[in-house]
Amino acid sequence: MALLQISEPGLSAAPHQHRLAVGIDLGTTNSLVATVRNGISAVLNDELGHALLPSVVRYLADGSTQIGVAAQALQSEDPVNTIVSVKRFMGRGLADVGEVVNLPYRFVDQPGMVQLRTVAGVKSPVEISAEILKTLRQRAELSLGGDLVGAVITVPAYFDDAQRQATKDAAKLAGLNVLRLLNEPTAAAIAYGLDNAAEGIYAVYDLGGGTFDISILKLSKGVFEVLATNGDSALGGDDFDHRIYCWLLEINKLSALSASDTRLLLTRARAAKEALTDHADTRITAILSSGEVIDSLLTQQDFYQLSQNLVTRSIQPLRRALRDASLTVDDIKGVVMVGGSTRMPQIQRAVAEFFRQTPLNNLDPDKVVALGAAIQANVLAGNRSGDDWLLLDVCPLSLGIETMGGLTEKIIPRNSTIPTARAQEFTTFKDGQTAMSVHVVQGERELVSDCRSLARFELRGIPPMVAGAARIRVTYQIDADGLLSVSAREQSKGVEAQITVKPSYGLADAEIAKMLQDSAVHAQEDMQSRALREQQLEATQLIEAVQAALDQDGAALLTDTEQQSIRAKVATLIATASSADQLAIKRAVTQLNEATVAFAQMRMDKSMSGALMGHNISELDR
Amino acid sequence: MQVDLQQDFFSLFNLPARFNIDSALLEQNYRALQSQVHPDKFAHRSETERRVAMQQSTFVNEAFQTLRKPIDRARYLLTLHGVETHEETNTAMPLDFLMQQMDWREALESALAARDLSVIEDLENQLQTDNRALLQQLATALDVENDYQQGAGLVRKCRFLEKLAEEVAAAFDELDN
Repeated sequence: MALLQISEPGLSAAPHQHRLAVGIDLGTTNSLVATVRNGISAVLNDELGHALLPSVVRYLADGSTQIGVAAQALQSEDPVNTIVSVKRFMGRGLADVGEVVNLPYRFVDQPGMVQLRTVAGVKSPVEISAEILKTLRQRAELSLGGDLVGAVITVPAYFDDAQRQATKDAAKLAGLNVLRLLNEPTAAAIAYGLDNAAEGIYAVYDLGGGTFDISILKLSKGVFEVLATNGDSALGGDDFDHRIYCWLLEINKLSALSASDTRLLLTRARAAKEALTDHADTRITAILSSGEVIDSLLTQQDFYQLSQNLVTRSIQPLRRALRDASLTVDDIKGVVMVGGSTRMPQIQRAVAEFFRQTPLNNLDPDKVVALGAAIQANVLAGNRSGDDWLLLDVCPLSLGIETMGGLTEKIIPRNSTIPTARAQEFTTFKDGQTAMSVHVVQGERELVSDCRSLARFELRGIPPMVAGAARIRVTYQIDADGLLSVSAREQSKGVEAQITVKPSYGLADAEIAKMLQDSAVHAQEDMQSRALREQQLEATQLIEAVQAALDQDGAALLTDTEQQSIRAKVATLIATASSADQLAIKRAVTQLNEATVAFAQMRMDKSMSGALMGHNISELDR
Repeated sequence: MQVDLQQDFFSLFNLPARFNIDSALLEQNYRALQSQVHPDKFAHRSETERRVAMQQSTFVNEAFQTLRKPIDRARYLLTLHGVETHEETNTAMPLDFLMQQMDWREALESALAARDLSVIEDLENQLQTDNRALLQQLATALDVENDYQQGAGLVRKCRFLEKLAEEVAAAFDELDN
């Protein structure tokens, strides 16, 4: 591409050893990838200029997948095989997934993480999320022109260990090197704080498609210190859609809908919710598979009423976070709004009322998390010293151990700055006891049954002693990703048992290996589609370059006929570029390239002479 | 940069080993240390370096958390002087202190039953006032009189109040639900 190679003399196009790293916001509704280029964090668009990738994966009978807009378009037609909002299933068992009856999927009931039966076989939420991540990885590698050193993946701050581990597994499965799991509100605070040179105590209210976080941060002299975080990992925009959906069922006296009707109405409900952001009312229409016509008018007031207790549910965690940070509303200097769901006027109003100030909306709530993650990825990859700022985050939930009588003993309290470690000593309660089982739990409640069980393991080989004589030290370590590992050690003999918590809900390494193998089957197709996308990208870049060159120098350097001839070839390439015919695109690219060789030469001469003017000989000699 | 994981927490932050400390200086030195050892500074380095960073950063966090909270700081200072507080086993307390504790507990329980937020808030205020007074006494015992046995007794009293404060916090949580 001769035209693209013209750059200003003296400006080197090759940056010195820039390591490609990205930030990925793996969202419930949409996902994004961003990177820092020339010191500026920017979201990377797909070939069609879209920043948001709908977090929708459709499985086809031949084992191939459709991801994003294409899958989203078919969600009502093929609801069972088109998975939306998969993030809500990450690290979750079937019992945890509320309102299962209203979701158009075939759930597989089994211990551990919930699985979905699709036309391409049973899929875990980790595999489905990996498809989304893979798409973003390819987008990034294409647009940056090389392999990624690593990625920062964001997670809701209130995600527990199982959900975090599942996210990390998905990234691994997508072939990404995870530099860090970063809490979403913290990522937003980085983007906001660095942009605004903010100092003081800020609250980040992050209501996404399926999760809710509140984080209180202290920003001072380049240190981002999370003081407290709280939230609800099962509260988001989806729930608001769901309220509208239930209202539709009620007023239209509908029951037992098919999967595709369910998905259709959920889609309409979401559109209605979005319309009510700046309209007093909206009409919801749909034709069900039975032929029945739905035509209902929903007013803003009715919607506020329907969603009232969802809004309230997001206010309770605010109080808790403030209390944990030993702060009052008056200490909060600003409230940053993050997540598409914060566009809802009732949310804006409730948050303003609680904090007694107008929330800040000056960053795009859909993009700010990815932008912050990219800034952190750039530092973690070693592209800048990073000495000028520091991030101190916390763990969202207390971690404990089961003691006698099914009670929880907290070992690491919530909101401890990570990385952190705590040890506690336990003893045997029977004479000659040689084994002790350790049950690791996460949560704030006193009863083990009310907390999340993370793992169980046994310490064996304790030397027989009288009850109470053995000293067993159990150590909990949380790393900078917020992931837990636990070890137990008998102090006198040094018998040791150690695990990284994952078995209950996570995937064993062997399972990941198998999934990687399975995905290799599709590698061939992936390579072909990658080649096609690369060809399409080259075409797009060439079209843009030629058009820019024509606009700039066409009239000055070319005759009308020459210009027309080039424009015709541009038109051909535009028409071909959107097709799936890689060879045809390649041919059109070559033709346009050939047609512009002379023009490129003329531009080169012109730019050289332009550059030479204003310089004296001694400068050029050097 | 390597942090000596064997040194005491006060030396780590360049502070004199006393109960009353300059908390602004503690925070400043904590941040300076974390800027050197935090895992984020080593994310692109070898696995060994990353592991060392995690250990050192964990140590710095533990030290900071211990010195930041007065009761933890007092307890730690006492262990440096070879005095254990034996909070789990030694629960002998003056009668009036215990009576006061029982009164508070009863008040908390009935306020919770009646879902009376204002009573719990009053209780929290009283607890904080009493706690401040205890910390004053601790400062005198530890920094002026160097009476560590008395200090241990005061830490045990503080622990009683701390437990009650935890229950008050749990009560707030419960009323939220």
